[in-house]
Amino acid sequence: MTEYTERLLTDAPRKGAADRFKLIWLVIVPMIAVLSQVYVPRFIPFLAYLELPLLITVHFALSRGGPIPALFYGMFIGLVQDSLSHQPIGMYGIVKTLVGYFAAQVSMRFDVQNPVVTFILGFFFYFFHQFFYWVLSRALLGETLGFDAQQTLVFGLLNAAVALPLFRLLDRLRVAS
Amino acid sequence: MDFFLSRYRHLTVLLIVIAAQLVLIAYQVKTSNDIPLIRVWAVTAVTPVEQTLEFVRRYTWGFVEDYFVLLNVRGENEKLRRDNGELKIENNYLKSELSTADRARALSVFQARSPSKTVAARVIGNGTGANSRVVFVDRGSTSGVEAGMAVITPDGIVGKVVDAYPTSSLVMLITDPTFAAGVVSQKNGVHGTLKGLGHAECLVDYVQNEEHVDAGEWFYTSGDDRIFPKGFPVGQVTAAPNGKTFKEIYVSPSGMQGGVEEVLIVLQGVHQEVPGAEIASPAYNILAPPAAPAQTPEGAPAPGTLATDADRLRAIYKDVGVEQKHTYGEGAPGTKPPDFTKLPSLHGVAQPPGAPPVASKAPPNPSASAPAVAKPKAVPSSSPAVSEDHADGAASARKPAAPTFPMRPRPPAPASTAPVTNPAPANPVPANR
Repeated sequence: MTEYTERLLTDAPRKGAADRFKLIWLVIVPMIAVLSQVYVPRFIPFLAYLELPLLITVHFALSRGGPIPALFYGMFIGLVQDSLSHQPIGMYGIVKTLVGYFAAQVSMRFDVQNPVVTFILGFFFYFFHQFFYWVLSRALLGETLGFDAQQTLVFGLLNAAVALPLFRLLDRLRVAS
Repeated sequence: MDFFLSRYRHLTVLLIVIAAQLVLIAYQVKTSNDIPLIRVWAVTAVTPVEQTLEFVRRYTWGFVEDYFVLLNVRGENEKLRRDNGELKIENNYLKSELSTADRARALSVFQARSPSKTVAARVIGNGTGANSRVVFVDRGSTSGVEAGMAVITPDGIVGKVVDAYPTSSLVMLITDPTFAAGVVSQKNGVHGTLKGLGHAECLVDYVQNEEHVDAGEWFYTSGDDRIFPKGFPVGQVTAAPNGKTFKEIYVSPSGMQGGVEEVLIVLQGVHQEVPGAEIASPAYNILAPPAAPAQTPEGAPAPGTLATDADRLRAIYKDVGVEQKHTYGEGAPGTKPPDFTKLPSLHGVAQPPGAPPVASKAPPNPSASAPAVAKPKAVPSSSPAVSEDHADGAASARKPAAPTFPMRPRPPAPASTAPVTNPAPANPVPANR
């Protein structure tokens, strides 16, 4: 095992034990993300595929470290998204709960400060999010929506690219306790 | 157990949270009920911010944009450029105002002219979800908006209200994959179901391949769905190839051309005629109702009943019973039945309404050219209930008489159809099918 890979697996993750978000940011940031998802695509329709709430969930999970706060945070953001859609409440909630949980699990094993790892995680969780939402729509609601894997992969890359600067920005909001 | 919970605490919490949300979804799907509390909280938290943003954008964006434009064009002829810029600002502002006023005027004119009761609304935001096509408008239940109401523009239908909150409503656009509405084509009156596809075009489904729909033809709402009143434009057909079972008719929605900004929510819909529709020739002619006879002959079926042979035979038996003072249905088995050998002529008893009157009490004339029905076996086979049991007239008389059916009220004959004065239109024969 090289020094680099060892550091990838053992170094402290993005969460520093002493780093904490101010509580106010925990509420404001997801609200801004949801609001931007609701408002911005009116003028730039392409940005409808930017899943900022998902990226916020992933960043929080990678930063906080604990799976339980992460899954509850994902659930909270997901339920807010559900409330603004015409789907039954809980669809996004379930998906983002799982994303929060798995992202927190990943953060315990990898150096998520690494930009490459961040990019891969952003891409992976976007694809996981879209695919699992599609599965739930078919399984629970009986909807016959199509799943365009190619398009999802492209948007996954775009979301992962956005995740890099976004995570840097969110890191600045953290304060040392 | 404690060991399990402490060892797998994270997994246990995850499963509990997932299970709770699954139950929540199952409850909503099973009962078709919503969870209004969560939705109202979220919408109440988000929509005021959206409204504020929209307000600020509308009144400041143009000025900010022009400011940056002016920064870039400041150069050698600063004064001239500034004057020019100011004129541009004014011009843009006036154009924008004019455009807004035109749109608002068109909307208000349409609103005043439309027989349906509507309320104007402005789109303030999109819904979440990459696949869904829903928007928020700034009118809610306090303005009388309810879920299920139609949303239109003067150009065509836009969507329907799926949720109404106090100050805003969630509108599902017609391009949403779960949207459906009844539509009818303008030229041939072909009925179908409009479905969203998730992109700019919509599909009209359930139209048989044999139906005739041309590209460029317009579709209008049919009013079948009880959401959209009949007669609102939907869109123009872009392509209509044959599919496996049904045609694949693609429609470009006319109400969403150039985006959706201001809309009308139909509070009380009124059906309208599809404009310029070519009414296809009716598949059959409806005969005009016969003229009511001046006096209904005794024993004849009342106007509005079918004058069949069974009715006439029943009237004959009734007359025989009256003449011989016999009440049908009374008397023990074996008692003397009426003398059915003294039956009057069938044609002498009852005539259909409008037929040349023939006295029902006229004595039977065996030499008449019309076939006499002195015996039950002479009854035409079209009335099997009466023609059974030819040997025993009494037994035959005790059988229930043929029922009489109230005649369905006929609609007035169309103006284009020449009235037909058939004296005995007992059974209108379908024609021209």
